[in-house]
Order: sequence, then C-alpha cells, then structure tokens
Amino acid sequence: MTSITVTDAATAARPETSRLTRSRVRWAWVFLTPLLIVMALVAGWPLGRTIYFSFTDARLSDMSNYGFVGLDNFYYLLIDDQWWRSVFNTVTFSVISVALETVLGMVVALIINANMPGRGLLRAAVLVPWAIPTVVSAKMWDWMFNDQFGVINHGLESLGLISAGIAWTADPTTAMGAMIMVDVWKTTPFMALLILAGLQLLPGEIYEAAHVDGASPITVFFKITLPLVMPAIMVAVIFRLLDALRIFDLMYVMTGTARETMSMSIYARQQLVEFSDVGFGSAASTLLFLIIALITVAYIVFGRVNLSGGK
Amino acid sequence: MADVTLRKVRKAFGDLEIIRGVDLEVKDREFVVFVGPSGCGKSTLLRLIAGLEDITSGELWIDGELVNDLPPAKRGIAMVFQSYALYPHMTVYENMAFGLRLAKMPQAEIEQRVKKAAQILQMDHLLQRKPAEMSGGQRQRVAIGRAIVRDPKVFLFDEPLSNLDAALRVAMRIELANLHNDLNATMIYVTHDQVEAMTLADKIVVLQAGEVEQIGSPLELYHHPQNIFVAGFIGSPKMNFVDTVVRKVEAAGITVDLPSGGTARIPVEPGPARVGDKVTLGIRPEHMLEGGSPEAQITGEVMVVERLGGHTFLYIKVGRDLVVTVQAGGESDAGIGDTISIGLPVGEAHLFDQNGHAFRRTQAPAIASRRKESFVRREAEYSARTH
Repeated sequence: MTSITVTDAATAARPETSRLTRSRVRWAWVFLTPLLIVMALVAGWPLGRTIYFSFTDARLSDMSNYGFVGLDNFYYLLIDDQWWRSVFNTVTFSVISVALETVLGMVVALIINANMPGRGLLRAAVLVPWAIPTVVSAKMWDWMFNDQFGVINHGLESLGLISAGIAWTADPTTAMGAMIMVDVWKTTPFMALLILAGLQLLPGEIYEAAHVDGASPITVFFKITLPLVMPAIMVAVIFRLLDALRIFDLMYVMTGTARETMSMSIYARQQLVEFSDVGFGSAASTLLFLIIALITVAYIVFGRVNLSGGK
Repeated sequence: MADVTLRKVRKAFGDLEIIRGVDLEVKDREFVVFVGPSGCGKSTLLRLIAGLEDITSGELWIDGELVNDLPPAKRGIAMVFQSYALYPHMTVYENMAFGLRLAKMPQAEIEQRVKKAAQILQMDHLLQRKPAEMSGGQRQRVAIGRAIVRDPKVFLFDEPLSNLDAALRVAMRIELANLHNDLNATMIYVTHDQVEAMTLADKIVVLQAGEVEQIGSPLELYHHPQNIFVAGFIGSPKMNFVDTVVRKVEAAGITVDLPSGGTARIPVEPGPARVGDKVTLGIRPEHMLEGGSPEAQITGEVMVVERLGGHTFLYIKVGRDLVVTVQAGGESDAGIGDTISIGLPVGEAHLFDQNGHAFRRTQAPAIASRRKESFVRREAEYSARTH
C-alpha cells in the first residue's frame, strides 16, 4: 500500500517538474527576444549589409544601382600596397601601445592598490585621461605636438635638446611614435582599473604567508602577484586589443589620411566615403573584421594554452 | 626547537592599545594555546610573535635571540593561517617547496623534506594537486605541511581549525596533538574554542582586552581559575554563578547563603573575607547533582530540558531571576515544570570576592602534577631519541 502511494507520487510529480521547466524556458525566451531583435538590427544587419556590398560595385552616389563583381574587390584590396601599409600600421600601433599600456597599467594599479593616504583621490585623478573624449585629447595633443607653438617643442628647445621645432605628427619618422604616446596616455588608466580589480581579489593572507616564507617584494610580484592577476590582465589585454585594432578617431584627428599613420579603419572610410566606392570600402571593412576576429581568436587560444601550461 | 619569551610586550594601532603589556614564557617543546573571546588580542599577539606586526614596546626573544626587529623569515617560525593562505596557482609540492627554494636550499633536500612532510601528513598522493582541487581538511594539511618543511623553531597556528566542519575539527585536533608529540616542536596556537585549548595545550594563556587573565595548565585553569572571567570562559557549559553574602568566616572555609534557603560552607582559604561581604558562588554544571545531596542543595523549577543521550542539560529557575545549568545523567526523567532539588557538592564549588578574584580552593584535586609527568616523559623520550 505504502509503496504504491510512493510510486504514484513519483510518477505524478514528473510531469509537474517538466511543466515547470517548460515554463522557465518559455520565460527565458520572452526576456531574451527583445535583446536578440535589437542585436540583429544594430549589429547583425549592418554587418550583413557590409559583407553583401563587398561583393558589389556599389557607389555612394547611387546605392540602388549596382552589380555583383564576385571577389574582384578583395583581389584589388589584396594587391593594394596602401592597404597592406595600413594593416602594418594598425598592427604595429596596437601591439606597441597595448604592450606599453599593460606594463604601465600594472605599475599604476600596484601603486593605487597600496594602502596609503589620499588613495581615493589618486584613483579618481588617474582616470581623468580616460574620461576625456578621444577627439578632445587628440586635438589637445595635436596642439602640444605643434612644430611652432607646441609646448613639447618649446620644452625640448628650452632644455637645449633640439635646435628647431620638430613636426612630430607630420614627420613620418615620429608620427607613429606620437600616436602611440597619446594612446598610451589616454588608455593606461583603463588598463590600470581592470588590473586593479584583479589585484583587489587577491587574498591578503597569501602575502603574509609569502612574507613568512621569506619572499622579497620582487619575488612576491613575479611568483605570486603576477601569476594570480594574469587572468585579469589577459581579459584587459583583449579589450584593449579589440579597441586598438579598429583605431580611427585618434589618427583621423591628428594626421588625417596620411599614409604613414593610416589605420585599417581610416583606409576603409577613405575608400567608402571620400572615393565613394561602397563596394571596395565594404570589402576593406569585411577584411578588417576578419583580421580582428582572427587575431582575437588566436589570442584567446594562445592565451589559454599559456594559462594552463604556464607556471 | 626553542623557547619564546615575551617581556612587557605592547602593541598599539594609533591610540588604540590592543596588547597591554604581556609577559609570557613558552618553554622548549611546549604547546601553548592563546584563548579568549573575539577581540581580546590573541591573534594580534601571535602576529607579533610571527613578525607580521611590529611590536610597539617590550621585548620578544626566540631561542635566546632578541627578534623584535627581525623579519618573519629570519625568526625561525612557521605559521599556519586560518584561511590556510595556500598559493592557489601552485601545486601542493610547490606550495611546500616555495619557502625552501627562496632559502636556496639544494633541490634534493627540498624534495626529501617535502616527501617526508607529505608522509607525516599522509598526503603523498596529493602532491601534484592544486589547492582548488582539494577539500578544506586537505588544504589544512598542506598548510601544516608547508610549516613542517621549514623545520621551524616555533610553529604558530592562527585558528587553524575554525574553517572545518565539526567532525573534521575533532579529527584534525587529534592529529595536531600527535604531530606535536612526533615533532617535539614548540607550538603556539590561537583559538576562541576553549575545547581546543583544553585538549591541545600544555599551557593555556587566557586573554581578555589585551591582557593576560591567567596562565596555567588546562586542569589548573579548570580547577583553580583565578577570577570569574577565567572560571566562566573555561568549561562547557559555562560555570553557574550565584551572587550571595558571607555568613561566617572560618579557617576551614567561608559559609555563604544559598539562593533557595540554607547555607553552605565552601572549603576555601578565607583570606581577608569578612562576614557580610558580597561574594559570588561558582559551580560547574557537571558537578551539580540531580536529586540533591546531604551537604547543600538548592531547589528550583525545570524550564528547559536538553537530552543529548549521554547526559541531559537541565536549565533550572531558582528564585526570581537566577537560572542554573545542571548536567544530569542521560536517563534523567526530569520534565519541564518539575520542581527539583539539586545537590551542591561544596568541595567542587568556587568562591569569588567582589572584584571577581577567586578564593584559593583547599579541596581541589591535585591533577596539575599529572600533566607535568607526561611532559617529563616526553622530554625523556626526546632526549633518548636524540642521543
């Protein structure tokens, strides 16, 4: 009698749970659908359109009349020196600036993580460059770099280091360096904040244990802090890398479409807007998208391998 | 192995004085437990010995060396932290070897030491695991192993068992006791759990508000608490305290009023006590006798009965606002609302003056010497082994 009741209860309970599960799934879709629709409209549709136009000869002047040209756009893109120059520029810029930002960000994070008076104020102050819009800071630095009136030339001249003003952003040998400097100045705080968040998760007793173990501050940094904060650094680097690879505003404001500092984004915009070649510009954008995706995937895969294998 | 001496050690954070002048002698190979309520400064005192905090004033000697200004790694100590503080990105082996590698010890010796510690703690099979892949008890072992490999003069433990569940805590407690025997090491152990203190210690230091209340062997503290604080802190459940008045003072003891009528003569050295003084009578739940006794008894109404199988705790209301705890037998048939008589064996009672100081008991059992014997035996064993 008892066993029958138990079995009945068990079988009766089963459809009850699955109904509950079904209702949960239904509600999940209800909440997800608006987001999916918005994503499709603002991200999926433009991306799809860009890829679509990259196989056409569409012109900006008349977007309703175009014909398919197959892979022609990509062919001409791949044999264009200027495209490859902009790829090289972008990758050079990204790798150097992100590397510098990571190192400097780590230093800044370690400093503002230390327990000292005025820490809150310092944290806020460090964020100022990040809070300024890129166009504003690019313009600001552009003036500071000015060959005749710029404060940087003025400073170097009064120190006697140079005899005549250098046109930092116009001179091909210094333009990229100047660009990297501005980007490092601007985004180091972002890096520092992400790394600081990682640092603050580290338990304090570990450091006391290391102290008892006799580890010097340098050993503690390389053997304990760095390995433990590495996941946070990896995430911060990927954010910055994605950002740096599509760099546009900084260079556009400071050097316009100068060949020496042209990035992939500027190249694509120039083709699409200035030369009105929507098809070719779209092909450049598509390739830019693929290159960023490829580098990111490579970074994630490489990063994971490094994480699990590294000690 | 070594002794540790504290002389008038003080620690202040700004104006706040956490440790207010502690004098303490920890003998070679002794197991000393700092115990006290939270905020009493016991962990701070341990951290001062470890060198994780600076001593504000006073002297700290380890193995005959003044170590006030030495960093932790140079003091010859090893510490086991409450949260274990294992390096999460290192394997068990690396965790234990880290300090030795920093000390530039030859690889072969590191390996030998780690293997030996792993054997002692029965965790040879865990050496390649990382802390996240282990249970709390296993992590605790690693933390202890990390201390053992350093072969320190003094082991320091900061509430090492408080993150473990009850069953594991008892098991680890026994292991720690064995470890102390096996290693013959000086150990200083901080806990808020008086059971851990009683079971592990050769010597207990009871702290309150940054000051030492009493230092003694577990049974000394149990039978001869110097004041009401220690009496209340050592023993579980807590000692019953009854406010009363001195009726008669004799060489054989002090006679006091009992709460439900009658008097009892408590066998203590009377000292300066006088008739009419307010005093506090203390008696532990486990010494009260359900069913009364001819010497002295109190009567009250049973309010709560807690049956634990082996014994039963009765909470008895005596008079208007006094509740006493009685440890009765497991088969006690007392029920809520019953009025019962509780015997009060005067030989087991404690008496405290108005300031909370204890009158010296004259009939307490002579158990302190038994602890000493076992310590002497261990010493003999140790010297036999080393020679």
